[in-house]
Amino acid sequence: MNTLAIEMAGKALQRNIPLSVQLDLTYRCNERCIHCYLDHHDHGEMTTAEIKDLLDQMADAGVFYLTLSGGEILMRKDFFDILEHARLRTFCIKLKTNGVLVRKQEADRIKTLGVESVQISIYSHRHEVHDAITKMPGSLRQSIEAVRLLREHGLHVIMANVLMRQNVNDYRGVRDLAAELGAQFIVDPTITPMMDGDRSILNLNVDEAALREVFRNEALVGSVEEFCAPPQGPGEEALDMLPCSAGHTACYVSPYGDIYPCVQFPLPSGNVRRTKFADIWRDSPQLKEVRSITLRDMPACSKCTHGGTCTRCPGLAYLEGNMLGPSVQDCEKSYARTGIPSENLKARKATAPTFPILQLVQIQSMARAAPHPAADLGGPGSEVRMPC
Amino acid sequence: MKPSLFVAHSTAIAARGLDQETMVMSATNSTLFTLNEVASVIWQSLDSTTPLGEIVARKICTKYDVALDVALEHAEALVRGLAQHGILLLSEEPISVSIGSSKVTQ
Repeated sequence: MNTLAIEMAGKALQRNIPLSVQLDLTYRCNERCIHCYLDHHDHGEMTTAEIKDLLDQMADAGVFYLTLSGGEILMRKDFFDILEHARLRTFCIKLKTNGVLVRKQEADRIKTLGVESVQISIYSHRHEVHDAITKMPGSLRQSIEAVRLLREHGLHVIMANVLMRQNVNDYRGVRDLAAELGAQFIVDPTITPMMDGDRSILNLNVDEAALREVFRNEALVGSVEEFCAPPQGPGEEALDMLPCSAGHTACYVSPYGDIYPCVQFPLPSGNVRRTKFADIWRDSPQLKEVRSITLRDMPACSKCTHGGTCTRCPGLAYLEGNMLGPSVQDCEKSYARTGIPSENLKARKATAPTFPILQLVQIQSMARAAPHPAADLGGPGSEVRMPC
Repeated sequence: MKPSLFVAHSTAIAARGLDQETMVMSATNSTLFTLNEVASVIWQSLDSTTPLGEIVARKICTKYDVALDVALEHAEALVRGLAQHGILLLSEEPISVSIGSSKVTQ
């Protein structure tokens, strides 16, 4: 973010203005990504009229940055009707799509409607890897075609590369592909739990060694020395810092009208079908609670050496059961960056159950064998213990 | 006599009032602008059919202690500068804009 944008965000924070909103238009999708955190069934999406009314309310409340996402936004037949209304209300619009349904006609409309940027997820430059992640044969070819078309229309395209075990070695290939197509490249090494709290997809997360390698790639992080610098510990000023923009100048709206502080922070804070957007933003007890939290209020993180520099996500902490607590995934990132464990990781290690020393297998030289070997299994000898 | 100058918002912009100021972003190159209180008054009054001189006389000179020629000179510099970035459209005739010319919401 440039300095002017930071300055305006600061003013929005002072005036309690929701500067930035992500609105998911649908959870339906034509891909079935293995790491997706959504339930793709339609449980009663907002109608076109409801969404247009919501856009009016958001514009009146001061929302400037509007991200339209999903699910796949083009699964909605009224998508361009909605986009046109958003343009009339002069939002700064970003679209997130897989691009599979983008053809020349769609690219023309997106260009005409003055969209600021279009983000398309590309998991690998290799078809077999990308298509295995999306579970949709031919999806990489179609997504790349969309990037190409949108770029030909002069649009700002971002290729987002979410890293997981399946594609951990492919980010360089995706970065090269983005350069070839004239798109911006971003990488995200975090798989998040499903919105219903199911954590089973977390096993797709890359391991610490891979994360460490990503964090030491100058092309991705800039100055490695600076990015991976040892933490200094939180000073007095840092203790009064706000965790992130979620609930402060930003929020998320689901296709069903539910408002959360952020897409990664599924704390139900109201529903626009029952209450006006501005009233929820101003009066929701949940949003007020989120706004009241500073680093000083977090028992573990305020004492952690990473406190001032950690990228702790309050939503991930909430999904772990305590929005005042640490998020293990961010502790692991801080460790991968600096090699210094967080207070939370140290505490977890200290309280972890001791590894049981079981003599699962014993081997003894037969040269010293007793007349009945079975009788000697528990005695001293050249034994080898094998872990479970 | 100087011809009238008509001004309209471009279709490819994002804009929002923030307190007394206005944030404007060009969708073509993602450049962000902020307009101060006076410029925001002008911005909100640009409707593509009212000459700039009339807007300045009615909205600026009645609110601020400034001579019309001085205020108009500054207003013209503002709109010409923003027009160079594709934020505004200028014409000596009233302008017809199909989409995106709605006023900023406070």
